[in-house]
Amino acid sequence: MPHLTTYIGLADHSEQTLADSFRTVAEGHARAADVFHTCRLLASWSDEHRTALAPIIERYGEADVDEPERLHAAGLAESRDGDVGLLRDLQDLHVLATLVQTTWTVIAQGAQGLRDHELLNVATRSNAQTARQLTWLNTRMKAAAPQVLIVAP
Amino acid sequence: MSDRIADIYGARTPHTKGTVWPARVDQFLDPGVDEGSVDSWVQSACLLCSNGCGVDIAVKDGRMVGVRGRATDVVNHGRLGPKGLYGSTRWANSGDRLTRPLVREGGRLVETDWETAMGRIVDRSKSILDAKGPLSHGFYTSGQLFLEEYYALAVIGKAGIGTPHMDGNTRLCTATSAAAFKESFGADGQPGSYTDIEHCDAVFLYGHNMPETQTVLWARILDRTRGDDPPRIVCVDPRRTLVAMEAERTGGVHLAPRVGTNLALMNGLTRELLVNGWVDQDWVAAHTLGLEDLRSTVEPYTPEHVGDICGVAADDVRRAARIFGESEAVLSTVLQGFYQSHQATAASVAVHNLHLLRGMLGRPGAGILQMNGQPTAQNNRECGADGDLPGFRNWDNPHHVQQLADAWDVDAMTIPHWAPPTHAMQIFSYAETGSIGLLWISATNPAVSMPESARIRRILEGDQCFVVVQDLFLTETAELADVVLPAAGWGEKTGCFTNVNRTVHLSEKAVDPPGEAKSDLDIFLMYADRMGFTNRSGEPLLGWRTAEEAFDAWAAITAGRPVDYTGLSYDRLRGPTGIPWPVNDEHPDGTDRLYAEAVFPTDTDYCETYGHDLITGGTVTEQEHRAMRPAGRAFLKGAPYTPPHEEPSADFPLRYTTGRTVYQFHTRTKTGRSGDLNRAAPDAWVEISPTDADARGIAEGDWVRVESPRGAIEVRARVGEVMEGAVFAPFHYGHWEPAAADGGGHDDANHRLANELTMTVWDPVSKQPAFKTAACQVTRLRASDGPAPAPTTGASAPAERDGARRRRPRPTQGGGPTTSTTLAETPTYPLDPACGAS
Ligand code: SF4
Repeated sequence: MPHLTTYIGLADHSEQTLADSFRTVAEGHARAADVFHTCRLLASWSDEHRTALAPIIERYGEADVDEPERLHAAGLAESRDGDVGLLRDLQDLHVLATLVQTTWTVIAQGAQGLRDHELLNVATRSNAQTARQLTWLNTRMKAAAPQVLIVAP
Repeated sequence: MSDRIADIYGARTPHTKGTVWPARVDQFLDPGVDEGSVDSWVQSACLLCSNGCGVDIAVKDGRMVGVRGRATDVVNHGRLGPKGLYGSTRWANSGDRLTRPLVREGGRLVETDWETAMGRIVDRSKSILDAKGPLSHGFYTSGQLFLEEYYALAVIGKAGIGTPHMDGNTRLCTATSAAAFKESFGADGQPGSYTDIEHCDAVFLYGHNMPETQTVLWARILDRTRGDDPPRIVCVDPRRTLVAMEAERTGGVHLAPRVGTNLALMNGLTRELLVNGWVDQDWVAAHTLGLEDLRSTVEPYTPEHVGDICGVAADDVRRAARIFGESEAVLSTVLQGFYQSHQATAASVAVHNLHLLRGMLGRPGAGILQMNGQPTAQNNRECGADGDLPGFRNWDNPHHVQQLADAWDVDAMTIPHWAPPTHAMQIFSYAETGSIGLLWISATNPAVSMPESARIRRILEGDQCFVVVQDLFLTETAELADVVLPAAGWGEKTGCFTNVNRTVHLSEKAVDPPGEAKSDLDIFLMYADRMGFTNRSGEPLLGWRTAEEAFDAWAAITAGRPVDYTGLSYDRLRGPTGIPWPVNDEHPDGTDRLYAEAVFPTDTDYCETYGHDLITGGTVTEQEHRAMRPAGRAFLKGAPYTPPHEEPSADFPLRYTTGRTVYQFHTRTKTGRSGDLNRAAPDAWVEISPTDADARGIAEGDWVRVESPRGAIEVRARVGEVMEGAVFAPFHYGHWEPAAADGGGHDDANHRLANELTMTVWDPVSKQPAFKTAACQVTRLRASDGPAPAPTTGASAPAERDGARRRRPRPTQGGGPTTSTTLAETPTYPLDPACGAS
């Protein structure tokens, strides 16, 4: 399984990036109370996915799952200012979450091929929750967009 | 002659299960007015809570001088409570009504004429529209206008201007009720009826202090619990309310979950139904979706686990679930303890789940009453002045939008449906930055009633947003406005409104409004005329001139929707009783309870929403909804418990919750002007448990400081019946003070506003703010010269344990004389199953 381990590493790493980025956006836009609370909640989901993945990483051997630097996606080190900044930050989170979701999709395929039930279970559940993260991001962007595009002060 | 301040519910008229609730006519007339000298009685319904009691207004010499319950009305069978009796008319004659428009000149509000005031609004409105477009306008309305007024406002906002920024203070009181219905059943609409009280075996009250919020409804329940074959009461409330005491008396259960943990408790009850097989398998299979997901969601919530989270005994969870599981017919009612708390929509939806699992809907006694706070909140939801589309239409469904565009003869693109409606908290955020440049507030007082009130005041008084306020009085909010418009109130104008169980009443004009005050409908029409809003044919967009014409226009656009008014007219509503919708060809006399056939409005093309993720608020798409093929089945939706956003800490170790008292309504605009009511609860207080009081050296009546991370109040302490670790503060008291004769004149008026402490945080689905979950600290300041100004009746009674110690407050009493006449022969009520209707 030449690259399954690579992808497990990618899942672990990109979930961490996503969690950190959700927290960055939460802090940066704390004035928007729902963004603050929801982003922190969604960050904790990504944390949980990594926790669930931890025993599997151990099983496959930590050295093997180290994914190469070139596959990394950069997270949001800082949030942007203002309402238009929030919209743009949510777009970035959406891109990251999409990477996470497709990563889980392909891992689930690999897990099925290997009949690794534990991994399949983690990948399926994480995928479903990532879908909910994406749904919220979409909903929140749609709520924010008209005002930003037309009348932002 | 009875004092209904002391005797809130009046004498009992107990009766047996399945028999009709007897009629008793309650009446109050101003001192010095005797019945024989009343010139006329004018038909209406009470506007001081969501119960909607039928009432006749007494008129003498062109003034409203009292009220009498309507014996033939299905809602109250003639009864009225203290607010209705003492609070309905006094405000109208108080000397401080707004009688002329006011405009801000050099920082001060000065009187002017309508021409000038409306001219300023229209000039500003047009120039902002030119510069920034429709999203520059926001409308924040009430739960106390009439249906015709909400509908006019909705048409102005959606088709005249085209802004999604419309909401009401109904967001604070009833948004979760609507949201929960939509998630479970596909559309808003109260399933149950008050007549369920006569037929149930158990009543579950979730976060609903009914004895203080809807006193006549509670009297109806007491007439069952004190009669033969009484129902058992189950109370979910952190305070030992009268409901809790009735639960103890009837062999039910009082569950007092920690503030913010309702959903954990509900998940525990749901799990108990499932593991004990208290489920109607066939009904669930035929009429619901989502059982297996719900089962796995609630699986971890064993009674012991729930006990740990909620601080209740595991066996009490078992006992409550058993009562639900083994009763033939359960009535559930839900209010602010759920709606204004953490995970509001998920917890309210869980109430539906319990009923769905047992197939307990749509037959007498088996009902759900998701309550409303305010009297006309229901109409705001129906008409769409709260941001929804009129007639429970789905803003995400292009066909529904087109129906409205056709009815109004406007381009569908005008109607804001390209984004979810903007909720109140977001509207104020936009006003804060000036992104909304004109905010029009009607009949509500956000400077007192919204969370983090200091921030709200800053937004209203700033220059970044032009603020219009129309109201009866110069409220704390009106004081900050740029233009203030004097409005006519209840009894001074004609219109309809709908109570919690869908019963529509007509409220006729009894007297003229004072000075130049105008009805809210006339104000909205005046604005629409001056703005020149027209439809595609060049006709005025709002063609109607009278309330009746507005009503007929509204009824026409409800055709084919769940909220069908097509069979109603002013003529029909002038009959003996209010009539519950839907009223149409199929149900010409109205409908006592919904879903008798277990067909729910969930069809993808018919529903009001495709639904949401209960945890995040993310929206379900049309495709996802269609793929589930709901086709008239109800949704069983669950969510795991998450801890509240603000947990107690070392600095703020107590849980702060706000609420109401029986004698006051909202921000006291009306009840504060009735001496009988106001003297019963004249000033703010805070309730604290005996244990927490002892730990802080606090005695009854001491001045204390209550502080959260956002602000502080200094009020007197009632050592009361709240659970340990919780603190309760009534939210009614802003800085306005009534006349001394009515119980005014308190020196804490500038530091008693309960919402200084609450958080700007809201439920992800209903967007209702969480007024009931903040952390706080209480410290003693000094002694005072008497007990706290809190009533001794109801949930604010002093702790029994505290009774032996120091001061004992005087019992609350002193209401003027009222009469109550029990009718020997009970009228026949249409649609009432106890009267032979089915
Ligand atoms: S219960 Fe409500 S509607 Fe009825 S009289 Fe009292 S305040 Fe009015």
